[in-house]
Amino acid sequence: MPRTLSLLARAGPAAIAIASLLFAWQFYTDLSGISPTTLPSPVRVAEQAWANRRALWDNTLPTIHATMLGFGCSLATAFVLSILLDFSQAMRRALFPLFIVSQTLPLIAIAPLVVLWFGFGLMPKVMLIALVTFFPMLVALVQGYASTEKEISMLLRSMGAGRWRRFRLARLPSAAPFFFAGLRISVTYAVVGAIFAEYAGAARGLGIYILNAKNNFRPDLVLAAVGVSATLTLLLFAATVLVQRLAMPWLRLQRVPRP
Amino acid sequence: MTPKLELEDIRKAFGTTPVLDGISLDVRAGEFVSILGPSGAGKSTLFQMLIGGIRADSGSIRCEGQPLGLEVGRFAFMPQRDALMPWRRILDNVTLGLEVQGMARKPAREKVLPLFPEFGLAGFENHYPAQLSGGMRQRAALLRTVVQERDMLLLDEPFGALDALTRSGMQRWLETMWQRYRWTALLITHDVREAVFLSDRIYVLSARPARVVRDFSVPLPRPRHAGATGLRDASAVEAAVLETLLKTETSGESNP
Repeated sequence: MPRTLSLLARAGPAAIAIASLLFAWQFYTDLSGISPTTLPSPVRVAEQAWANRRALWDNTLPTIHATMLGFGCSLATAFVLSILLDFSQAMRRALFPLFIVSQTLPLIAIAPLVVLWFGFGLMPKVMLIALVTFFPMLVALVQGYASTEKEISMLLRSMGAGRWRRFRLARLPSAAPFFFAGLRISVTYAVVGAIFAEYAGAARGLGIYILNAKNNFRPDLVLAAVGVSATLTLLLFAATVLVQRLAMPWLRLQRVPRP
Repeated sequence: MTPKLELEDIRKAFGTTPVLDGISLDVRAGEFVSILGPSGAGKSTLFQMLIGGIRADSGSIRCEGQPLGLEVGRFAFMPQRDALMPWRRILDNVTLGLEVQGMARKPAREKVLPLFPEFGLAGFENHYPAQLSGGMRQRAALLRTVVQERDMLLLDEPFGALDALTRSGMQRWLETMWQRYRWTALLITHDVREAVFLSDRIYVLSARPARVVRDFSVPLPRPRHAGATGLRDASAVEAAVLETLLKTETSGESNP
């Protein structure tokens, strides 16, 4: 019982903030008499979302699919690269600047090119999602490895543990809190990245749905799709928090500030 | 009898800064020996050589007469802070060394579990280190060290991070345990009282670059925490050691 109460106490302010925002929005559209093709009211968005639920859902599935695949690839890439960078200083020096440059590329220019090169299938979407999400995780992992307590490394060395052993027993778990911090940032980019990739060219998906709705002067459907995208991101975010709690039960016992 | 560990004229410099300037010392089987020196004298460097982190520029290290090669695993090392892994339960922290040696989880646990009561850790097997007090963490760290059953314990200021009261308690407890098991132990400390209380012999190092200034034997009867006479005798030894130590510190300062 106290647990549910404290959950309510924590979620309450956010719920109130969101509710007041929606309320103000509704109030404004009702009073100003603004055209629904310019700014539809939240009630209208909800109504239209429900009326078009079939089409919305059909376009949400490909986006979920691309997001999962893209984020999975991104996670695997970040992990493999982080190990490579941790084990070899030469690699770190050679590749890190390259990765930073990869993050300076404007997505708006890259996305159509990737579609041009790889077509309208899943491939360009996976690549674009990976491009926008791998970096925070990579940085977090590399920094996490480096945060390993020196004395733990020395201790393992004295026990006769080799380099890979020391990595697995000390560096990898030391990086866990950092990794989850990076993961939380990355995961919020994932759905947006997928929608952007679809926007640049796709047969189906939320991105193309938004594009079509916009071209048909249906801002209510654009906003409905945005709502779906936001919900997806929130769900993914909640999943990372849950996984973190399960994976690192010890963190909640410590009173040290988390990275 | 060949000493368990023998260092002869060990020298080491980091860049142009000499750190160890010809250290010679020996430890015999079953002996508790302390290395006492001012902070930053290079005591920890000495330990890193023994556990294979760095190599000496010159000099020789012999274990039971054999030169210490590249092989690791003769020493069980206990670092300054407890270095318990926060993500492992106490039981899994304690079996870490056995795990690295290749022992399976089950026999490793069976081996360490009976020792928990003696180390004051009974009932805390499944706790995380963050849930334990400083003294308990240090006992867990020591348990992790001794279960490896190595030739020798290397203790690097093991009580340095504890508050004074806990530290005194831990020193008494360690002395009791040592009397029971007679581990061969080499202790690094800059606490004169701790060195005198625990050791059979004490090597006093100078400030950097470190040399052995003098070695003391501590001919006090054990257990050491018995009675007023014991305290008085200990104080006499402490005074002599402290005198030596302070003299080297000031002479070290006047040295360019």
